[in-house]
Amino acid sequence: MEIFEYAPAPESRSIVSIRPSYDLFIDGEFVEAKSGERIVTVNPADEEPLAEVAAAGEADVERAFAAARRAFERVWSPLPGAERGKYLFRIARIIQERARELAVLESLDNGKPIKETRDVDLPLVAAHFFYHAGWADKLAHAGLASTRPLGVAAQVIPWNFPLMMLAWKVAPALATGNTVVLKPAETTPLTALAFAEICQEADLPPGVVNIVTGAGDTGRAVVAHPDADKVAFTGSTEVGKQIARAVAGTGRRLTLELGGKGANIVYEDAALDQAVEGIVSGIFFNQGHVCCAGSRLLVQESIAEELLARLRARIERLRLGDPLDKNTDIGAINSAAQLARIRELAAAGEAEGATGWSPSCPIPERGYWFPPTVFTGVTQAHRIAREEIFGPVLSVLTFRTPEEAVVKANNTPYGLSAGVWTEKGSLMLWTASRLRAGVVWSNTFNVFDPASPFGGYKESGYGREGGRHGLEAYLG
Amino acid sequence: MPDTIPGSLRAYLHGLPGVDEVGVRRRAADLATRSIKTTAKRAALDLAVRMVDLTTLEGADTPGKVRALAAKARRPDPADPTAPPVAALCVYPDMIGVAAQALAGSGVGLASVATGFPAGRTPLEVKLADTRAAVAAGATEIDMVIDRGAFLAGDYGKVFDEITAVKAACGEAHLKAILETGELVTYDNVRRASWLALHAGADFIKTSTGKVAPAATLPVTLVMLEAVRDYRAATGRQAGVKPAGGIRTAKDAIRYLVLVKEIAGDDWLDPAWFRLGASTLLNDLLMQRTKLGTGHYGGPDYYTID
Repeated sequence: MEIFEYAPAPESRSIVSIRPSYDLFIDGEFVEAKSGERIVTVNPADEEPLAEVAAAGEADVERAFAAARRAFERVWSPLPGAERGKYLFRIARIIQERARELAVLESLDNGKPIKETRDVDLPLVAAHFFYHAGWADKLAHAGLASTRPLGVAAQVIPWNFPLMMLAWKVAPALATGNTVVLKPAETTPLTALAFAEICQEADLPPGVVNIVTGAGDTGRAVVAHPDADKVAFTGSTEVGKQIARAVAGTGRRLTLELGGKGANIVYEDAALDQAVEGIVSGIFFNQGHVCCAGSRLLVQESIAEELLARLRARIERLRLGDPLDKNTDIGAINSAAQLARIRELAAAGEAEGATGWSPSCPIPERGYWFPPTVFTGVTQAHRIAREEIFGPVLSVLTFRTPEEAVVKANNTPYGLSAGVWTEKGSLMLWTASRLRAGVVWSNTFNVFDPASPFGGYKESGYGREGGRHGLEAYLG
Repeated sequence: MPDTIPGSLRAYLHGLPGVDEVGVRRRAADLATRSIKTTAKRAALDLAVRMVDLTTLEGADTPGKVRALAAKARRPDPADPTAPPVAALCVYPDMIGVAAQALAGSGVGLASVATGFPAGRTPLEVKLADTRAAVAAGATEIDMVIDRGAFLAGDYGKVFDEITAVKAACGEAHLKAILETGELVTYDNVRRASWLALHAGADFIKTSTGKVAPAATLPVTLVMLEAVRDYRAATGRQAGVKPAGGIRTAKDAIRYLVLVKEIAGDDWLDPAWFRLGASTLLNDLLMQRTKLGTGHYGGPDYYTID
């Protein structure tokens, strides 16, 4: 009997033209870096170099801040909100028009599946610009203490959602009248540089958005720059702490969106098949490179065995491979360094006595890959229950009562996200109100909307992005 | 034969895990984005043709119309002998004789709706007589409607007993239980009705009569596929699923096959375990099939309208 298997369905690369080399985007133009240094960004799915980009030095960062300050004082902050809004609407529309190209570029540079860049990242990127475009002339009605912009915002973003994190940072800053110096991640600079072209296409006044590529040193120069009125960072807790130390006492405003170790709580009366979907999307969405991932599954002991059997059967169906194949569910790990970290923590899980399981999916020979992995027999004391892995590795713990579920869920230095699965409304509210996490998803996971504020507790950072609350971080 | 449900029927059905509406819709929408191209598309189109229950259920049906459809069922594409025959022809009970004659020796199944289709609002004795008459006239498959009124009133025992009785009246014929999910409305109800019908002995569970909107949908079919998958895991008996009504394009049909593959598994990718109840779908499948082979569309007039 002939059973149908999915044939390869690759999205074409030809829609994207990647230049061999990129300069910095300062004052509305692409300019050579004074530093003369370059870094290479590779495709994590096959380790082939994609392009060379400039690594900005202190003199370059200086130039970017000077341009941003000039644009803030002369053009952007005096501009009526309605006019700022027009630019943001224009940017949002160009993003939609170029969505397919940007999705392919993001998949190439990051390793995430085209299905996610096409159906999640790009729609959300456009939505963030549309949403904030709407706020630009309505700040007086947002019910906030001030409608005055802060000045120049120094923004450093991570590699897991390159363009989406850019949107979360740039859109609110611009809507509120601030100008921006943004540093994209070292391993994923290409969509930010494509965004620079979009700013040109939208005739955004020079200096309103400046993009300086580079690695850690560039990032340090950006966040430590004395002319930054506001620092916004999304990334690891370790770097977040360094930034907090550097900014402390300077009077500059700071928002940090850091790591997480989200608990996904499944009660015995949950809709099991959908809970399984929520667990899968919670930890395997974007290869687990998600700060708000549901990396700890807390399942009620009475259904643990049944739920795990369903979960394993479901994971067996995940399709790992070419990120540009439209049927790929799990793409590549973003970098060799991240792969090493995931491997180290997975090995620690085994060494500490937990049991790892992965499906029998073939792993491509070239590139950075890690199979979806589920650890059972995990206890609160294990490293894989406490440390952020930032990869497709799920730690499964069990609980007996709602009290125990909440205590275990909160027993982490982080507090970014949590999920609760139950068909009982009162238990849902009881649990959600006791979880110390910035986002609590109810019978769903990893769902985002620009109108909904996002941010953390404790070591997951402070400040909110998105919604009315997100505007506050750029006004004062 | 019906198997035994432990404890009270009500406690059992209400003890099944719930279905989260938002989640099931999201999963169905996600699977609908699967990209089926080239060799996969060819295999899927042929499989879909072989799974079609070619249906005519109109008050205006005549022997001529049924004979025309039977010819189409045997040889769907007169221009292309490699096009496989469909799984079955589905007609009203009074047309079985005509259909049986027209299908003789073809291997195409003969399905008849029965039990007071589509509303099912007749006494049990009439339903059983309807079923026996259909089988006696040559139907190899019986598509019965369940008593939705009894189900919604919580009288699960009545629904169960009726299916059991009809199954007994079917003898050798396969029984498909039509849940009419458009009247059950909630996914929790669809799941409960699916398990009820499976325990009562149905060989297939079918979404709809085609007379009520909405008919087949992807999320409803997804829930039913989960039911047959879990029912086999629990009891060892495999049952089939048949979405019917509103499936008109090859693209739709392929989306259903993706659901079958990813929810129930490859074991169900066979006309013995999955059917598509449809009438106009077949021509689109044939047109897409020709397009894949020749690189161009023949246009609607190159396919028979029966």
